[in-house]
Amino acid sequence: MNSKAQNSNQAEPVLTAAELAEIDKEISHAPYRAAVAIDALKIVQKHHRWVSDESLNALADYLGMSSAELDGIATFYNLIYRKPVGEKVISLCDSVTCWIKGYNRLQKHISERLGVELGETTDDGQYTFLPAPCLGACDRAPVMMLEDEQHNNLDEKKLDKILILRTQKNGGIKE
Amino acid sequence: MTSLPLTANINEDRQAVDLAAYEKNQGYEAVRKALKEMSPVDCLQAVKDSGLRGRGGAGFPTGMKWSFVPMENVSEGHKYLVCNADEMEPGTFKDRLLMECDPHQLIEGMILSAWTIQADIAYIFIRHEYHLAAKLLQQAIDDCKAKGYLGKDILGTGFNLEMYVHTSAGRYICGEETALLNSLEGKRANPRAKPPFPQISGLWGRPTIVNNVETLCNITHIIRHGADWFKSLGLGADSGTKLFGVSGRVKNPGCWELPMGTPIRELIEGKAGGMEDGYKLRGFLPGGASTDFLTEEHLDLAMDYDVIGKAGSRLGTGTMIILDDKTCPVGMVKNLVEFFAQESCGFCTPCRDGLPWSAQVLGDLESGKGIKADLVTLEDQVRFIGAIGNTHCALAPGAMEPLSSAMKYFADDFQRHVDGKACPYCDSENGGV
Ligand SMILES: Cc1cc2nc3c(=O)[nH]c(=O)nc-3n(C[C@H](O)[C@H](O)[C@H](O)COP(=O)(O)O)c2cc1C
Ligand code: SF4
Ligand code: FES
Repeated sequence: MNSKAQNSNQAEPVLTAAELAEIDKEISHAPYRAAVAIDALKIVQKHHRWVSDESLNALADYLGMSSAELDGIATFYNLIYRKPVGEKVISLCDSVTCWIKGYNRLQKHISERLGVELGETTDDGQYTFLPAPCLGACDRAPVMMLEDEQHNNLDEKKLDKILILRTQKNGGIKE
Repeated sequence: MTSLPLTANINEDRQAVDLAAYEKNQGYEAVRKALKEMSPVDCLQAVKDSGLRGRGGAGFPTGMKWSFVPMENVSEGHKYLVCNADEMEPGTFKDRLLMECDPHQLIEGMILSAWTIQADIAYIFIRHEYHLAAKLLQQAIDDCKAKGYLGKDILGTGFNLEMYVHTSAGRYICGEETALLNSLEGKRANPRAKPPFPQISGLWGRPTIVNNVETLCNITHIIRHGADWFKSLGLGADSGTKLFGVSGRVKNPGCWELPMGTPIRELIEGKAGGMEDGYKLRGFLPGGASTDFLTEEHLDLAMDYDVIGKAGSRLGTGTMIILDDKTCPVGMVKNLVEFFAQESCGFCTPCRDGLPWSAQVLGDLESGKGIKADLVTLEDQVRFIGAIGNTHCALAPGAMEPLSSAMKYFADDFQRHVDGKACPYCDSENGGV
């Protein structure tokens, strides 16, 4: 099926009414539709946690641009995910001050605890573990974000507490 | 009158100041004064006279930057003011403090700046991770609209200004002002060729000013108290105060407002409490990841743009990253170059291909595979990638600054990696790979 037609003739439209309402709000103060490409990608991602090919095609259609052009934009930016991510994204700062203050150790610790390398998602789909550039909290290094929450002055003990807290409902972390 | 205006409203507990509290402390008086009693020309003159230099890293005089915005016979359409709140330079955490603790100071500064250049639309381009700051700024904008400080016919003066918060999708190059404009237009953040300069042809081809958060916050106080007062705040050649920060193995990392011209020692040994027990200072990057190392011999220099420039580095963002004696300088530079390689926008070859190559050579040194010729390769790369004009923007030359100065100040360390076929720091936490 032509993916571009999906939005109009499917029972479940690719872009939901809620997404379209948010995108339209951005368009209302932009000089032309394609100008909101990045905002729109972020809106779609907020609703689905990532941007699938179906969403991307429907969005390109809606903004009057080609899918290739929109994908070129989507893949340029670090925080637009073109692959599915877990329920929670862990972004561990790997920049200079955090590195000085123990990034290597913490990275290994998280990898061991979750059984994933950087860039991977746990088998149970709970966590995706990603590196992040300087998070602007170097005075509290080492730092990571768990979704929108920032965690400062990390050490192994603190990490275990955070990770256990999050995994309790699934029966605890991998040992 | 306070001598530390930027943080006057900021308490230990870092709670954000809301509109009511902000107004109690003379908040928005400068807007009332400027829009009713001062022409844009008067305001521009005050900013020029104040000697304010941009706090985004380059230190360009703000008044001069603004003076290139066309004011008469402007073709029909918008003019834009853009606040650069991308703050992705590793080691930098000052704009965050200003936005999280006193959002109205920035908004007031932006209203005054927009009045001066007669912009009718303003954007705050903020990095995605600053969720709290973005939320507080949106709240502040909404409160200002309700109070008549933003929107149509501000305070009955006929001046209109709409303000929007745009959160980024994450890429360091978005901080470069012309790349930022492309990103605001919904495109990939490749820097643009200059000229035309944004003042003439910026966002959507219209006259645009891009300023750093801290620069714009200063405007509030310059209009409130005058240029002479602002000039008198600085201890040396530069005017005003600045947020300075320290991170790394010091006793008390943090961010503080100090007069321009304060000696570096007062920041690192005074405010930051000196080195953690068991660590010695070997060097520091004075203003973020893309500035040249300085060492102990520079501690008594004044934190002024030209003083630090003469010492072979840049004041940059004023947030200093400390290299201690147990951290490998080669490893630290490798971390920095890897960051720049990762964040290169890919537009030009020396940056896109040269930076990963430099990172790879540094990686070889760290893992004990380095040979003598690698040091020559690195020197060549510093020369080719570091030369202004060989690349389309300043990212690549900036990336070479810590490398080139590390090779100068820590030459022995580089040599030891080659001679010993290993990282001499490999027993400590930050050695080896
Ligand atoms: C690669 C690169 C990244 C930059 N990142 C930032 C940034 O995050 N924030 C900022 O204010 N300026 C940044 N700048 C500087 C801006 O290009 C611009 O000079 C600045 O926003 C101008 O503001 P000012 O005159 O108030 O300093 C960056 C420059 C380069 C070359
Ligand atoms: S120097 Fe690097 S970041 Fe700047 S335009 Fe060239 S490739 Fe892009
Ligand atoms: S280096 Fe990690 S927060 Fe800045």
